[in-house]
Amino acid sequence: MAEKKIDEISGVETTGHEWDGITELNNPLPRWWLYTMYLCILFSIGYVIYYPAIPLLTEATKGISGITTRGELMKELAAAKASRAGLIAKIEEASVEEIVGDTELKRFALSAGSSLFKVNCVQCHGSGAQGAPGFPNLNDDDWLWGGDLDAIYQTIAHGARYEQDDDTRTSEMPAFGKDELLDRNQIASIAEHVLKISDFEYDAEKEKEGAPLFAENCSACHGVDGKGNSEFGAPNLADALWLYAGNRQAIIAQVNAPKHGEMPAWNSRLGDVAVKQLAIYVHNLGGGQ
Amino acid sequence: MAENAGATGTIEKIEAEAVNSKEQRELYVARKKVFPKRAYGTFRSLKWWVMGITLGIYYLTPWLRWDRGEFAPDQAVLIDLANRRFYFFFIEIWPQEFYYVAGLLVMAGIGLFLVTSTVGRAWCGYACPQTVWVDLFLVVERYFEGDRNARIKLDNASWSREKIFKRVAKHAVWLFIAFSTGGAWIFYFADAPTLLVDFWTFDLPIVAYGTVAVLTFMTYTFGGFMREQVCTYMCPWPRIQAAMLDEDSLTVTYNNWRGEPRNRHAKRAIAAGDTVGDCVDCNACVAVCPMGIDIREGQQLECITCALCIDACDGVMQKLGREHGLISYATLRDYNENLALATGGTSNPADINPITMINIVDMASKKKAKMASVVPDVRVDKVAHTTLRSIARPRTMVYSAVLMSIAFAMLAVLVTRSRLDINVLHDRNPVFVKLSDGSIRNGYEIKVLNMIARPRKFGVKVEGLNGAEISFAGSNEKMGDSFTISVAPDQLQSTKIFLSVPKDQIDKAHSNFKFVVNEIDGEENSFYTAKFEAPRKDR
Repeated sequence: MAEKKIDEISGVETTGHEWDGITELNNPLPRWWLYTMYLCILFSIGYVIYYPAIPLLTEATKGISGITTRGELMKELAAAKASRAGLIAKIEEASVEEIVGDTELKRFALSAGSSLFKVNCVQCHGSGAQGAPGFPNLNDDDWLWGGDLDAIYQTIAHGARYEQDDDTRTSEMPAFGKDELLDRNQIASIAEHVLKISDFEYDAEKEKEGAPLFAENCSACHGVDGKGNSEFGAPNLADALWLYAGNRQAIIAQVNAPKHGEMPAWNSRLGDVAVKQLAIYVHNLGGGQ
Repeated sequence: MAENAGATGTIEKIEAEAVNSKEQRELYVARKKVFPKRAYGTFRSLKWWVMGITLGIYYLTPWLRWDRGEFAPDQAVLIDLANRRFYFFFIEIWPQEFYYVAGLLVMAGIGLFLVTSTVGRAWCGYACPQTVWVDLFLVVERYFEGDRNARIKLDNASWSREKIFKRVAKHAVWLFIAFSTGGAWIFYFADAPTLLVDFWTFDLPIVAYGTVAVLTFMTYTFGGFMREQVCTYMCPWPRIQAAMLDEDSLTVTYNNWRGEPRNRHAKRAIAAGDTVGDCVDCNACVAVCPMGIDIREGQQLECITCALCIDACDGVMQKLGREHGLISYATLRDYNENLALATGGTSNPADINPITMINIVDMASKKKAKMASVVPDVRVDKVAHTTLRSIARPRTMVYSAVLMSIAFAMLAVLVTRSRLDINVLHDRNPVFVKLSDGSIRNGYEIKVLNMIARPRKFGVKVEGLNGAEISFAGSNEKMGDSFTISVAPDQLQSTKIFLSVPKDQIDKAHSNFKFVVNEIDGEENSFYTAKFEAPRKDR
């Protein structure tokens, strides 16, 4: 280095850097700062030895601790799983009714069911279980296949019209128009009758024609008064709720060529415990019987 | 003449430097240690009392008991973070009542204005923890190492067995005090007796030990090593307080109109015909100063107004047979008046013709009346003396009035506050559900807060919603328009309910109604205005 330059005013050595006549003083670093830096260096040596630290070509140095963030996560997940094991075992043993009878089990099942629902069910039934045309609203008191705990459990476990499951809920309404079981006028008359029992405005003359046709073709499944039958998944036609839509056009379309909902069987996918938890959650949404 | 010289000769002339005054503090120069000398006098006694009381409050408060019945802790002052409750004797505060704490902070702010504008930096000088603990640490230091001169000597001495013993003993006691201080802190946050046992059986969470360790370290370094630097460099308080002083605030003042020109050899100077003030330049005021400043340089940021220099100077004046108060609590207004009097109106310190104040009574009794300046100065009668009247003035009155009105308002709110509350959360997804008979159902989470430490029963009733029927999740049973719940002592009870209204009773999309909660076997009640949502008619 060249000779030392001393700032005249402060008497402090300068770094030799100068900008427009302003020189930079070479004051010593504050002692506390320097010691803190030395401490940090010491700490970093220990850190590099203990933890994974230096990235190499394919992977980083492992460190003597063997700690990885993934490993930590796995540990935490295992711990969470272990903490739930007792309750899960109890739920495995108990029936849905017994679970609901036990305050602690019920609370556990409800919160588990809530998160299971958000992962597996909201795609069709909606985030608030409010449903959509063709996908039932699970909050209301209208159930295609029954709304008590056991019926809900059964439906979730085996699904509806799900061919891979032998115990699945199955029924099929004939396509009265498409398969030419009834002609257009007859279907239109039946629709008027359905409008009548649902308290909608209807054509009285056509309805007179439709009533006997309904009794003949529909009442076997939907009942004489049209109130449906959850044994066959036959919807209640006399209430205010509609799976597709409650108007003349939609009713005619459904009688002509019915649409059928499908739901997978969940016990083969999620297991019995999860299905029980889901059944209790759905039953608790407000419509459970 | 020789006798006179002897009179002032009894005053010890101390070689003391104001090492912490602004002129002495250069950048990049290590701090020079301050070795405060023990002071004796009125203000020192007052400080002992304040120290005893404040330390007593800090260490003993967590151990006070207060019976709240079987359902609440019996610790008089407890910040129960885990359960989110704050207990202060007969007051219990829930998190949503935190505005009381906000109110207290407002009061503390106004109190700061009031105290500072009347008695200056009294907080700094007497009650600040930094001042109190440094004082306590100095007691220990003095006990092991002696007073100022002995400590300076020891500090300069090379290491010997004696020095090692004294230093180890001092630091051991300091660490003990620091540890007790840090340890006492955690007792405010849990049941103190239980905590004390658990602390030594190592059953406490690591955060408790961490807190104690950090506070121990801070007390030790702040009280033992950093001392006046905390006030000079770290604390924002002096800067804020300086802005609140006015010319009627009490400050520790060196009355140069009386003391200057100072002279170490007053007798000789008088004999030579020089003008001499009351200050004999003995440096007693500098030696006792815990902040390491010279009050004679005037008001300065470093001064915490602990008034120990007043005690020191009064002792000297007593021996000299002069009136006390060469250094005194005075207002700037009085000081300026007296300075004008002493300078004949110019107020320039260079023009001071000192108004020396001989204690006539004392002089007569001790027959020291031969002193040269025994002829009383005629201006003495005109000297303005600062009295308590400076406390009562419009500014302090306004502060007091504001402070009192906030205090009374808070007290009124506290006394009349309800110990029962209800909160209602409306279901958002879905907002409403249509049922098979066409009626509309809404869901609500009802939270009833029983803020008393005993179990209570309440009735919750729906008011102002025609045809409303309550039902609970998981059941179809209709419960009418009311239900009762039991709430555990000092707890919140959350209940999920559904409310359904028949189709023909619904006339608008949004209906306001009330959930009214009434105490059964009691008088408290509360309500919450909620909304019932239904589909719009045109859909």
